Amino acid sequence: MGEVGLEAYLFVGAVLFVCGVVCMATKRNGIGVLMGVELVLNGANINFVAFSRFTPLGLDGQATALFVVVLAAAEAAVALAIALNYYNNHLTIDVDRGNELQG
Amino acid sequence: MTYLLEQAANGIGGTDGLLFWVFAILSCVGAVAVVATQNIVRMAFWLVVSLGSVAALFFLMHADFLGAAQLLIYVGGTVVLLVFGVMLTASGHTIKVQTSPAETLLGGGVGLLLLCVLIFAISTVNWADISQQIPAAGDSPAIVDAREDASLAESLSVATTPEAKATAEKALAAVEARRQAGRTIRQLGLSFYGLRPDHMNSSANAASAPGYLLPFEIISVHLLVVLIGAAYLARAKRRVTPGSGTDL
Repeated sequence: MGEVGLEAYLFVGAVLFVCGVVCMATKRNGIGVLMGVELVLNGANINFVAFSRFTPLGLDGQATALFVVVLAAAEAAVALAIALNYYNNHLTIDVDRGNELQG
Repeated sequence: MTYLLEQAANGIGGTDGLLFWVFAILSCVGAVAVVATQNIVRMAFWLVVSLGSVAALFFLMHADFLGAAQLLIYVGGTVVLLVFGVMLTASGHTIKVQTSPAETLLGGGVGLLLLCVLIFAISTVNWADISQQIPAAGDSPAIVDAREDASLAESLSVATTPEAKATAEKALAAVEARRQAGRTIRQLGLSFYGLRPDHMNSSANAASAPGYLLPFEIISVHLLVVLIGAAYLARAKRRVTPGSGTDL
């Protein structure tokens, strides 16, 4: 063995994904939830690039990963605008306090 | 798990292996620290560590353009945007919004279970068999590199006369120079125009391989919409006291 293979990269991607999911679920700061989303997208990106590197699939994985990076930047911009709006209306960033739409 | 033990038993596998373990551990530690810290500014710092290490892992996987884009867009753009968000929404008590210990415990337990499921799933699949069943449609740069390395090493070992050895070494130097010029940028750029240079080894594949012209156009329009939408949502408004309704 000795060489670093596909599994090692998939393990790193899995750790990042799980950290992102736990971050999204437990953080009460709205910006912390956004950081969890970034971690999840990076875990997925590692898997895309690893499959592009270690299987004969060509550059499909890298092209998809580039789209993911661009979409993540767009998502962060819109979500931050929403977070700023939320802060302006509620004077807090705690997501647990945003229950005004409850029926 | 047995795979990790095998790795430890067989050494770390040269410079690439050492770099991989350094950056893999850095990115995992950064991700865990993002979850563990309660201070939002420190979370942003650990996010930079984690995303930077992921960029290094991309470089190790021969994805040079993607690694550079990760550094430029994520570490240079998205995280700075997040830090600005922290600065605009931080007012003393919002720097630390504590999660209750019970929720932390529950989240950690569920996360550990999910990690166990994922690691079990990854370890049980025989990835080498599966990647051999895939029809070798494309030649990714890494596979081309491996093939070139093998043929060059063979020609170097077969060469007996000084002239033949000099020719083989010149070919090796030419290959090295071409690799340092970057391999994936041209191919990625052409694939965004709808061409697939990495699928050109047979005409049937070249005709059927999908390019990325339509997704590229869609993402361009998407970015424009996001720009307008973010500017509209974040425009300056009169601040209202909580509970007094909308401010339209």
